[in-house]
Amino acid sequence: MVDKISNTSDDLTIAGLSFKSRLLIGTGKYNSFKETRSAIDASQSEIVTVAIRRVNLGQSPDEASLLDFIPPEQFTYLPNTAGCYSSDEAIRTLRLARELLDGHNLVKLEVLGDPDTLYPNVVETIKAAKILIKDGFDVMVYTSDDPIIAKQLEEIGCCAIMPLASLIGSGMGILNPWNLEIIIDKANVPVIVDAGVGTASDATIAMELGCDGILMNTAIALAHNPILMASAMRKAIESGREAFLAGRMDKKPYRASPSSPVKGLIK
Amino acid sequence: MKIHINGNIKEFKGIKTTPEELIIKLNLNGKRFAIERNGEIIPKKDFNKIYINDGDKIEIIGAVGGG
Repeated sequence: MVDKISNTSDDLTIAGLSFKSRLLIGTGKYNSFKETRSAIDASQSEIVTVAIRRVNLGQSPDEASLLDFIPPEQFTYLPNTAGCYSSDEAIRTLRLARELLDGHNLVKLEVLGDPDTLYPNVVETIKAAKILIKDGFDVMVYTSDDPIIAKQLEEIGCCAIMPLASLIGSGMGILNPWNLEIIIDKANVPVIVDAGVGTASDATIAMELGCDGILMNTAIALAHNPILMASAMRKAIESGREAFLAGRMDKKPYRASPSSPVKGLIK
Repeated sequence: MKIHINGNIKEFKGIKTTPEELIIKLNLNGKRFAIERNGEIIPKKDFNKIYINDGDKIEIIGAVGGG
């Protein structure tokens, strides 16, 4: 995104890499790879998350894969640890991902604590983050909206802090803007809301709070028209970012202020 | 020999095989994946240097859609 007034670039920088888009999108839950690609194109996202799973052994040699539709040469892949409930599982998954993607180090760490809420287990997350960073990974970390944990993850060396706005896949929106603001205020690395956004206005609210970006999957993939929603999310994020940079007017509770001159009224 | 691959037991002729040979047997050549043998990653450069033996536990993973 380019700041249209000063014409200076407003890139998102993560682990030394620069991105024009502040929208990161997941590739799960789409009806087809073709739809996934069309949504990514409409979103203009540059970073896409992928999951690491056992390959299907029964497949035919010409069966298409996600990588055919979303070539890793054209996008920044963000392999995740979705489905991992311990630091050991998450570390194993990301080491395999690094081998799969030829030494790619930028990863999304998430260690879950509970299958019903998919709430992060921050104790295991911290444990895994320490080991992965020592092992040379650039760790973008999914976490709760606890400002103390967020700060600890930054101090360990995580390159982006990704607090939830509400539960993964819930679409419940920004439930605790106060905590997000504390995290943003204290952070020296990008803060990216990961999980909970349901529609475009949620994305705008998060960006107006000062988030550096948003990672979403379900809000786009399960929209009735995912490609149109991907486009809406792109605009919502750009809009929220510009509003944040512009700085909103002060609120004047219970006092109106006329926009038209009070002098020269026709009487 | 019997090899555990992605949680399933598969039987092959012979007493050992390389990852490169195994991939061809599984119709996976040309695909992008990573392989782990008994919990250790086999680097791509070693695909024709390392042997997989009877009873080994092999994981073959790839990237799929996810958020």
